[in-house]
Amino acid sequence: MAEIVTKTDYMPKSRGKLRSFCAAFIHKKTAVASFFFFCLLIILALIGPSIVPYNPQTPDYNHVLQGPSWLHLAGTDEYGRDVFSRLIVGTRLSLGVGISSVLLGAVAGTILGLISGYFGKWVDKTIMRICDVFFAFPDILLAIGIIAILGPGLQNVVIAVAIFNIPSFARVVRGKTLEVKEMLFIEATRSIGATKSRIIFKHVFPETFSTIIVYLTMNLGTAILAAASLSFLGLGASPSSSDWGAMLSMSRDYMGTAFHLVFFPGLIIFLTVLSLNIMGDGLRDVLDPKSKD
Amino acid sequence: MYDLLNVKGLKTAFKNNNQRVSVVNGVDFGINKGEIVGIVGESGCGKSVTSLSIMRLLHDTTGDIQDGKVTFKGENLLDLSERSMRKIRGKEIAMIFQEPMTSLNPVMKIGKQLMQGIILHLKYSKEKAKKHAIDTLKSVGIPRAEDIMNEYPHQLSGGMRQRVMIAIAMSCEPELLIADEPTTALDVTIQAQILELMKRLQSDRGTAILMITHDLGVVAEVCDRVIVMYAGRVVEEASVDELFESPRHPYTKDLIESVPKIGERKSRLYSIPGHVPNPNQMPNGCKFAPRCQHAMEICFNKEPELTSEEKRKHRCWLYQQNNVGREQNLGSK
Amino acid sequence: MGKYVIKRIIGIIPLLVVVSFIVFLFIHLIPGDPARLIAGKEATVKEIQAIRHELHLDEPIFQQYLIYMDGLLHGDFGESIKSHIPVMHLIGERMLPSIELSLLSMGWALVFGILIGVLSAVFKNRWPDYGGMVTAVSGISLPNFWLGLVMIQLFSVQLGWLPTGGADSWKGYIMPSIALGAGIMAMIARFTRSSLVQTLKEDFIRTGRSRGLSSMTIVFGHALKSSLIPVVTVAGLQFGFLLGGSVVVETVFSFPGMGRLLIDSIQLRDYPVVQAELLLFSFEFILVNLVVDLLYGFLNPKISYET
Repeated sequence: MAEIVTKTDYMPKSRGKLRSFCAAFIHKKTAVASFFFFCLLIILALIGPSIVPYNPQTPDYNHVLQGPSWLHLAGTDEYGRDVFSRLIVGTRLSLGVGISSVLLGAVAGTILGLISGYFGKWVDKTIMRICDVFFAFPDILLAIGIIAILGPGLQNVVIAVAIFNIPSFARVVRGKTLEVKEMLFIEATRSIGATKSRIIFKHVFPETFSTIIVYLTMNLGTAILAAASLSFLGLGASPSSSDWGAMLSMSRDYMGTAFHLVFFPGLIIFLTVLSLNIMGDGLRDVLDPKSKD
Repeated sequence: MYDLLNVKGLKTAFKNNNQRVSVVNGVDFGINKGEIVGIVGESGCGKSVTSLSIMRLLHDTTGDIQDGKVTFKGENLLDLSERSMRKIRGKEIAMIFQEPMTSLNPVMKIGKQLMQGIILHLKYSKEKAKKHAIDTLKSVGIPRAEDIMNEYPHQLSGGMRQRVMIAIAMSCEPELLIADEPTTALDVTIQAQILELMKRLQSDRGTAILMITHDLGVVAEVCDRVIVMYAGRVVEEASVDELFESPRHPYTKDLIESVPKIGERKSRLYSIPGHVPNPNQMPNGCKFAPRCQHAMEICFNKEPELTSEEKRKHRCWLYQQNNVGREQNLGSK
Repeated sequence: MGKYVIKRIIGIIPLLVVVSFIVFLFIHLIPGDPARLIAGKEATVKEIQAIRHELHLDEPIFQQYLIYMDGLLHGDFGESIKSHIPVMHLIGERMLPSIELSLLSMGWALVFGILIGVLSAVFKNRWPDYGGMVTAVSGISLPNFWLGLVMIQLFSVQLGWLPTGGADSWKGYIMPSIALGAGIMAMIARFTRSSLVQTLKEDFIRTGRSRGLSSMTIVFGHALKSSLIPVVTVAGLQFGFLLGGSVVVETVFSFPGMGRLLIDSIQLRDYPVVQAELLLFSFEFILVNLVVDLLYGFLNPKISYET
């Protein structure tokens, strides 16, 4: 009985919330455009390899280092491979690394943040002190250090980027949890004797969800940039792969002669991160209006 | 015509979702030199917007003045350039606000905030400005004025801060001081002190004061003349004695009724039924009609004019068309 | 105030100890035996033993840490595995260009970031604001290495105005500092804008206007100081971004700084150098954040130093 009361009276109705969110988000024109651009990237990541005009791995030594043309929209590389096709195929790799690392970091960070914020006292203190130690390392450097231990490779890039995402998610979720904890309906649920894990995951977590989504979007951009930087430094994806950062790294040797090799991979990284940042700003304005200027 | 300030047909609107909503609608009043005039009304009646319109301080919010004249010493302030207007603000007309906590810059020393205006308007040297600043602080009853010059606002109490605000306002000897709810945020004993101070400044220096308040107690204590506003309009104007002795407009009566009086035991405090109408859903006719106990049919259809009766004015159908019988009826209530 | 500063400085010592211990542990987490790595492939077991003893690798790990920290306090970071040059010496000659580059980047990022932020806030929702914020969101999204490469193509390859790399003259600092500062400038611009917009809504701004102060006096004399307090914090946090970014940007421009040394050492598996670099970078970051904290207190008179 009391359960019903808490649900209907104090829980924000999720369906109404979603609808009002969509209604507000639709007015952010640039954010909506970015959202569609990002969807396009996701589609390319899923079906890219089957729609590309050229095989991205087949060399063509008759057409080496050619500039952009109608045949090769983004030119060809030092083996005569079509850069445009390679970029499309690389979407899966570059987005995949970004998304998986941020998701890993977000899940771990969220759990830590929920625990820290909900239990408080020494649990909170311990977790937050550990986060402080992580914050003492500038993030890319932390990733570089981790890769120095684990060795180069995409998998290790994912782990490294995930690790530097953990403390920032933990801190944000903790703050939000503290806020939610004081809200009426948590008090009501606790008074009827619900278990702690039930309170955390059924009641506190949904309230922190919108904050997590905003953070996820914003951090995804940063993660893609970080992964590209690491690959560019030769610590990530293997230089022969079609990862955007790795493509840039390889193309440095052809700076003077074939600038398109530098230009297009960087441009696509820039546009991807830009769309994520604009989307993140839009989401934040709608979901978390307090933080809007 | 009054010899210091004349406001005529002032109309101020706010932009809200591309819709203009009039907040102040054709306000007329004036102030003579050295006079204390009160504007009373519930919050949202447009009294603060009226004062901000006089100072032309609205342009950064979304409000703008659409019509009317604000004549100060023979000059229409609404025609002035922003540059000339800046020379009026702080020098000829000064203003103090409700919140002494937030109305001072928290990260600037009191002395600097005070001297800024003095140097700007009176063109004093730094030395002279400092001396003048200290003198002004002393004149508003601030002890250890020299020390306070080097302190930050958060180091002072609320009452002291409001004294500093008054010092800043009075430092360039303005002819008119607009005080927007100057005592609302203070506790009662401090309130009395601040009102006392303002009265003293007025009698010493002959500064006219426009006192904006929702508190009839404040009005009774300091004002010579009162303007009652409701829903962006002046509904009654009279001298303080006349207003409290024989209020005309039912709204004024209700306002006076709702002030708790000492020595009177009531089971509950009187409050005016209903709400101030939303500016974009104004009723036709008299804006007070829906809440009025004496509303007649005409009140809902046609808005009454502001009508003079000897030295006072009111905007109510009850007193128009020589409706004397009704007036006596009400008077005996 | 002096008391507060000392208290804060003492307060970060535990953090420094923990961080140094983690960085120290790091060399032990690396797969493989460092002694074998140093000795080379053809070394005998005996030689490896000797090296192990020399590096105190045969002692308990906590002992080793104390030995390492003792050396550290005397300015001894050990020796490079590859070149056998003392790490202190290697880092020493790279430190100054790196510090110069960071300060230059931070300097112009602050100046232009605040300028763009102020313009955007003052002209809120008009074209200078839109222009400023488009610049800012682009700046945050730009991969700094790509910005560097594009600048090299334009100003070195095409126009021939600036050197492609090195730190031989002041010209060598121009492009790296722009590539490094762009993202930070964008962040600072956004924070300045939102902070100033917030401040301009405050009551005391209206008071200022009611006293006849000009918009210039109000924005620069009154609003900016309180708006810059949060910006200081952001700038401090961005310093970490700067340190990380320097690794990438120094690689792009072949700039002889600490960042490039780190990457080179990682690729050469020169662990003593990597260890020392990570330690210095994180110490630098912690110290900068301490300075920012103190500066915050200095700018905000409401914080009392007695507590």
